[in-house]
Amino acid sequence: MTAASVLLQFLNGLASASSLFLVAAGLSLIFGVTRIVNFAHGSLFMLGMYAAVALAPYVGFWWSVPLAALAVGALGAVLEALLLRRLYAAPELLQLLATFALVLIIKDFALWAWGPEDLLGPRAPGLEGAVAIAGSRFPEYDVFLIACGPIVLAALWQLLRRTRWGTLVRAATQDRDMANALGVDQRHLFGSVFALGALLAGLGGALQIPREPATLAIDLQVISDAFVVVVVGGLGSIPGAFLAALLIGEIKAFCIGLGFSEFTLAVEFVVMAIVLVLRPWGLLGQMPAPVRGAGAHEPAFALPSRGALQALVAVALALCVVPLLSGGYTLVLLTDILLFALFAVSLHFLMGPGGMLSFGHAAYFGLGAYGAGLLLLKAETSMGLALLAAPLFAVFAAVVFGWFCVRLSGVYLAMLTLAFAQITWSVVYQWDAFTGGSNGLIGIWPAGWLSGKTAYYYVTLATSLAGIAAMWRVLYAPFGYALRAGRDSPLRADAIGIDVRAQQWAGFVFAGLFAGIAGALYAFSKGSISPEALAVPRSVDGLVMVLLGGLHTLTGPVWGAALFTWLQDSVARGFDYWRAVIGAVILLLVIAVPGGLGSILRARSSR
Amino acid sequence: MLEVRGLSAAYGKAQVLFELDFVAHAGEVLALLGRNGAGKSTALKRIMGLLPPRTGEIRFGGARIDALPPFRIARLGLGYVPEERRIFTDLSVRENLEVGRQPPRDGAAHWTPDRLFELFPNLGRMQDRLGGRMSGGEQQMLAVARTLMGNPRAILLDEPAEGLAPIVVEQVALAIRELKAQGLCVLLCEQNLHFARQLADRACLLEQGRIRASGTLEAVESLYAMV
Ligand SMILES: Nc1ncnc2c1ncn2[C@@H]1O[C@H](COP(=O)(O)OP(=O)(O)OP(=O)(O)O)[C@@H](O)[C@H]1O
Ligand SMILES: [Mg+2]
Repeated sequence: MTAASVLLQFLNGLASASSLFLVAAGLSLIFGVTRIVNFAHGSLFMLGMYAAVALAPYVGFWWSVPLAALAVGALGAVLEALLLRRLYAAPELLQLLATFALVLIIKDFALWAWGPEDLLGPRAPGLEGAVAIAGSRFPEYDVFLIACGPIVLAALWQLLRRTRWGTLVRAATQDRDMANALGVDQRHLFGSVFALGALLAGLGGALQIPREPATLAIDLQVISDAFVVVVVGGLGSIPGAFLAALLIGEIKAFCIGLGFSEFTLAVEFVVMAIVLVLRPWGLLGQMPAPVRGAGAHEPAFALPSRGALQALVAVALALCVVPLLSGGYTLVLLTDILLFALFAVSLHFLMGPGGMLSFGHAAYFGLGAYGAGLLLLKAETSMGLALLAAPLFAVFAAVVFGWFCVRLSGVYLAMLTLAFAQITWSVVYQWDAFTGGSNGLIGIWPAGWLSGKTAYYYVTLATSLAGIAAMWRVLYAPFGYALRAGRDSPLRADAIGIDVRAQQWAGFVFAGLFAGIAGALYAFSKGSISPEALAVPRSVDGLVMVLLGGLHTLTGPVWGAALFTWLQDSVARGFDYWRAVIGAVILLLVIAVPGGLGSILRARSSR
Repeated sequence: MLEVRGLSAAYGKAQVLFELDFVAHAGEVLALLGRNGAGKSTALKRIMGLLPPRTGEIRFGGARIDALPPFRIARLGLGYVPEERRIFTDLSVRENLEVGRQPPRDGAAHWTPDRLFELFPNLGRMQDRLGGRMSGGEQQMLAVARTLMGNPRAILLDEPAEGLAPIVVEQVALAIRELKAQGLCVLLCEQNLHFARQLADRACLLEQGRIRASGTLEAVESLYAMV
């Protein structure tokens, strides 16, 4: 690599760092003040892109950028006032669920408004050319972008340091109850912070249109990048976000420049994992203030009553006789529901009793699925052996990833799980020779005696029910109690001799095992797998199932998985915008039934 | 000015306060005495709207405030200085004061940073110091000053002398007398009798969440010694 190309890569890195910073700064600002992790931030970026592309033909590129940013900012204000404002006092998970729902709705809105095709934006008038730098040509527009990052940083800095609004924002970031008791109206403050954060996301998106087309898939891509930047920089720290954006922008640029472009997908997550392990609160972040009284209102899982157990046994028996009454489609749907119920219960085990929020549980599901496929196709083992051994892939990953994850807690832990999932995904996605890359693997069919729908249904039924029963049983064993003690009061648990980290690690691996089993069942039921099996949206599906059902109930995740899978299956058939429907259902549930479906059932049964 | 009737409070399911009744008037210092865990801080948080409402009535200047959010209560002119002070450590002294600033209010003194620096000369010498870099005594004064920036008509003080050197305690006492002289209503939570004796006009004795006695300081004092 010559000096000139090093310089060029460096400039490329700066240019991408700018838009990364815009998104991350908004996310960080919002999190700092409201403590809401806004999963929909990437969606706001996407809207900024589409809005600018749509406006540009009428008002020209340079007007489309601020207009799009303002429109997205206004939308942010509306979302805050109508939705998030109701959720500030709600548990963190409900807030996440609500912002997930927004992701689904906004994506389908964009699909409806602008169609599935990528939309190319205009070039920036006046900056179409390139400048000669060290003998190469570097786009003028990228020079402009490079300047945008520091300009926005300086503007934000002035706003936060020099205005009363900024002082109040910083005070509320640190101690919102005290600010409240001093007469600071949080609603205005939170609303304006959310609007500003959304505006920055929209601006980042709009500024990006001369460089890349607007696409529907960009939302989750941007949000995972922004998470990485915010976490590496330190949640709530704007300068930290800037530093981290530079670091990651540069590392990515040099990966491409050095010809390791296949690493770019994973490299930022590797950086994040390293930073989080070395500096758990990010480069410039501070240890978050403990949430007062956290865990105090987690209801204990009471032992299920005799009646409830009888009802569960009745459901299981009913499931056994279904094939006698009906076949074909019902069996396929029930097979799906069963294995996703196993997946959801394993995620619930991790999040509820384990107290570890995971954004990347699909990694273990997908590794189970790929394990099955690879064993069958590459190692040419028998199907039975493949099914048995596949979950070990997930277990192995959970052992390694879990070791890092249990060193953190809360949102940071969740981000690290996301990072590991993303690394796993990108390895699978790019390793064409072994995993089939983006095409995945095909021809993973069960052995002859299981090839019938009914036979496979019984295998899935037996395995899923046994797995779910095993996890529920463990909750009431000493291991389960120790896990919950570690969640509710780590210090006290430590004092009575529980090694909290070791328990959490074991819990992580245990949950990974069952997610892997669900994945292996999935692979054989579909006959093929693609990297989607372990991508972010699959993790999100799992979270939605758990939260739909209710985190504080034992059987909730099962009902959540059933409802979600059924909705996905039935609504998706007849309707292009089924994700938005699911999103709307989730929002309704979050606002009307904050305890999840399981809480309705529980209220019934305790009446 | 501040009237509390049948007030109760709880953390989750554990009830901590039972049927408190007391009244504090303008221009007087009412001491709320009680040992550790008696419920003094809880009472202030409940008045300030920082705990979920339960039974009981709170009136401030004649208006019901028991269902209002904290910022509304503060804007009516009720100031709160918490026991842990809760200074914004990332903000400078001036910025801490800025957070507390409210528009001038009829019938209450109008405080500006400069007037507060006269009352607390120490603060005046460290206007750009970060809150996190101040001593406990300095933080205590800043906490009081920050609340005064809201131009309150009444102020809730939670053990303002706790953990401070005698000379600093003296300064705090001086400031409280000054506030009283200006006609402020002061509700002072205290377990240090010596400090309360210097300032209080009347007192209530709080024991395990109930008011055990109230009246002149002398009357309550003898009971307090026995608890
Ligand atoms: N956040 C909380 N959650 C649960 N219980 C609490 C909480 N804060 C206080 N308590 C309990 O409420 C009771 C009253 O506490 P409070 O802090 O009001 O006492 P206090 O009179 O201010 O004591 P001190 O003089 O130590 O400050 C105590 O029994 C305490 O254990
Ligand atoms: Mg106290």
